[in-house]
Amino acid sequence: MFNLVSFIPRAVAQGIPLMFGSTGEIITQKSGNLNLGIPGVMYVGAMSGVIGSFYYEQSVGKGNLNPFLAVFIPLICSLFGSLLMGLLYSFLTVTLKANQNVTGLAMTTFGVGFGNFFGESLIKISGLDVPSIALSRTSACFSAKLPFAKSMGWFGKVFLSYSFLAYLAIIVSIVAAIVLKKTRVGLHLRAVGESPETADAAGISVSKYKYLATCIGCMIAGLGGLYYVMDYACGIWSNDAFGDRGWLAIALVIFAIWKPDVGIFASILFGGLYILYLYIPSMGHMEYKELYKMIPYVVTLVVLILSSMRNKRENQPPAKLGLPYFREER
Amino acid sequence: MEDKKIAVSLRDVSKRFGKVQANSKVSLDIYNGEILALLGENGSGKTTLMNMLAGLYFPDEGQIVINGQEAIIANPRDSFKYGIGMVHQHFKLVDVLTATENIILGLNGKLGKKQAREKIVEICDKYGFDLDPDKKIYDMSVSEKQTVEIVKVLYRNASILILDEPTAVLTPQEVEKLFNVLRKMKADGKAIVIITHKLHEVEELSDKVAVLRKGKYIGTLITKETTIQEMTDMMVGESINLDIERPDPVNPKKRIEVKNLSVVSDDGLKKLDDVSFDINSGEILGIAGISGCGQKELLEAIAGLQKTCDGSSITYIGDDGSKEEIVGMDPLKVSRMGISFSFVPEDRLGMGLVGNMDIVNNMMLRSYRNKGIPGFVERKEPRKLAEDVVNELNVVTPGITTPVRRLSGGNVQKVLVGREIASAPKVLLTAYAVRGLDINSSLMIYDLLNQQKKKGVAVVFVGEDLDVLLALSDRILVMCGGKVSGIIDGRTADKNKVGLLMTKLGGEE
Repeated sequence: MFNLVSFIPRAVAQGIPLMFGSTGEIITQKSGNLNLGIPGVMYVGAMSGVIGSFYYEQSVGKGNLNPFLAVFIPLICSLFGSLLMGLLYSFLTVTLKANQNVTGLAMTTFGVGFGNFFGESLIKISGLDVPSIALSRTSACFSAKLPFAKSMGWFGKVFLSYSFLAYLAIIVSIVAAIVLKKTRVGLHLRAVGESPETADAAGISVSKYKYLATCIGCMIAGLGGLYYVMDYACGIWSNDAFGDRGWLAIALVIFAIWKPDVGIFASILFGGLYILYLYIPSMGHMEYKELYKMIPYVVTLVVLILSSMRNKRENQPPAKLGLPYFREER
Repeated sequence: MEDKKIAVSLRDVSKRFGKVQANSKVSLDIYNGEILALLGENGSGKTTLMNMLAGLYFPDEGQIVINGQEAIIANPRDSFKYGIGMVHQHFKLVDVLTATENIILGLNGKLGKKQAREKIVEICDKYGFDLDPDKKIYDMSVSEKQTVEIVKVLYRNASILILDEPTAVLTPQEVEKLFNVLRKMKADGKAIVIITHKLHEVEELSDKVAVLRKGKYIGTLITKETTIQEMTDMMVGESINLDIERPDPVNPKKRIEVKNLSVVSDDGLKKLDDVSFDINSGEILGIAGISGCGQKELLEAIAGLQKTCDGSSITYIGDDGSKEEIVGMDPLKVSRMGISFSFVPEDRLGMGLVGNMDIVNNMMLRSYRNKGIPGFVERKEPRKLAEDVVNELNVVTPGITTPVRRLSGGNVQKVLVGREIASAPKVLLTAYAVRGLDINSSLMIYDLLNQQKKKGVAVVFVGEDLDVLLALSDRILVMCGGKVSGIIDGRTADKNKVGLLMTKLGGEE
């Protein structure tokens, strides 16, 4: 029988990295920057956190971790790493007007390489003979859950059994949705992505908004990587384990029609699709499971086709997505 | 006049883009409570000059003095601060936002859409605008969009209002409405500048007229005391004979026979309804009509770019009298049959030329299939052609390797027409060939068309200026609501008759 109570928490856990990634990318895209470097940013976010936590754990040695520092150090490292990626992307595409697609793809390649390179280095430093780094003590701090969740039966399991980063993801998405919809900053940001020349003529600094949106977007996306290592993977970094979640996050942006609040549900849905194969009986054929693993990708394709057929103007991508803005051009 | 206060004064302002000097040492005063018309040919630097007041460009040299103090306008925000508001020719609006959202865009503080809405309604009532604040821009007509732009400026309490060719896209009724609003603003003490090259509008609306020529300030006239002739002379610098040459048709023979041509648009509207007429070689067939009466569809159907209804027939008649049915064929197929068509579309940079490619490459678009080693493009001839076109048609460009989007409208048109003519066509179709062009460029285009006519080419000239159509065409086909309203002789036609045919099918009372 399909066990919903065990399925939902796992779907949510899968969905959180996607939620961070897609919310970050939505904010970025709203400014007209198509950051295809998000998969790389998420790797960098994860690896920066791992590096911070690795050295903190090393410095403490066999003693007890300070739970606050154990969370704070990786969090700051992760945000800083992603911020640098955001600044790099913005500098290349906004200041130097480089091609956004090429820059983004290069950053993905770079970010994945960055993660794997330092992952390998840390594995060497730690001197273990397994091909991974275990940061279980840090992970325990990250995945601390509400103490009373266990005593509340299915409700506790479905709604309260997550770590703080998961709730943070939802809060960030809701805040992003409100900012985009209800505030002046959101209005300006949308104008920058839709029509930078209009925004410019209205006295809005296009470059500033693009920089800010891209950097904040990257920092949010990087948290997705951090959540993946510290919570989902229980603090164990192994190279390439993060997989292609970054690309799914970008596809989700389209699925969520550039709305972070829709993105919350879309992410959890995709998280569910990602692990659905574990819940479909394979009737003794292991090869079927491999086919079921395709589900999220097939759904992504279907969604892309369907969303390109929608005609409503509000649901279209920002009009100037992916295009650099030159003021003096005539 | 002298008691009025100077709102803005420009002193020796210069601006250059690359090798093109857009403005050189322009000095100009703008007064409160006055409408100033800024007059000049295309590319004379009117828009550039005003963009410097709007903060989009920064002057290379010179000073801007506002209310007696030197002002530095480094960005649009500074411009608002000084009370300057500009309505651009190409509207600066965000399509997916509402009128209200567009109007408050760029302001500081809390969003407060409700209060904004109230203020907008108030402004609309005061000046007599008709505007729904909650309507999305993409649902709006051009005139409504312009209203949003003007309200946007007023919402910011601008006291200096600049309008860049505000009437180019409006119907006569809408123009009248706009002028009334502008007069109210003037009575309100605002300084108003309108950029235009329509002289009758200058006469009707403005108090003063300042003339620019090739980036230089020529002078200011008081509208009441001047004449169209004087303004034209200042604008063009030399006295231009407005008569357009009209040589006799050369051995006219039926070239294309259009029969029962009908076109239905995507949304089911009948754009062309049972149109039949002939196009003759060696003559210019003018096509007149209120815009949107099927002129575009007609040309595109002949050029093979438009789907036609069943029963339509377009027959090409060769020099030897051979007939070929070409309806429904794409341009490649037609040209493979050895029929050489040239088409100068209305949308120059969309359909005619590739904006990001240079002049040479644009020339190549026509010839790349023909010459050289198969699979490789031949560059020598297009390069020669590009040089010839630039030299013979006086295209103002830094070089033949400049992307065409960097050229001004008139020069773009010269490049396009030059290329189309160079392919030695049998039929030359032109849509609004002189739209947005100054007098000299226009005359050059008329001259080119006449040359083609003399060579025996069948020329179709879709135009909007009736005087030009009457002076240039051998025959005029007048369209009304997708139908042929009448075909008249260009030499004997009078303007009122054509006007009547345009507005009423068959021209009967």
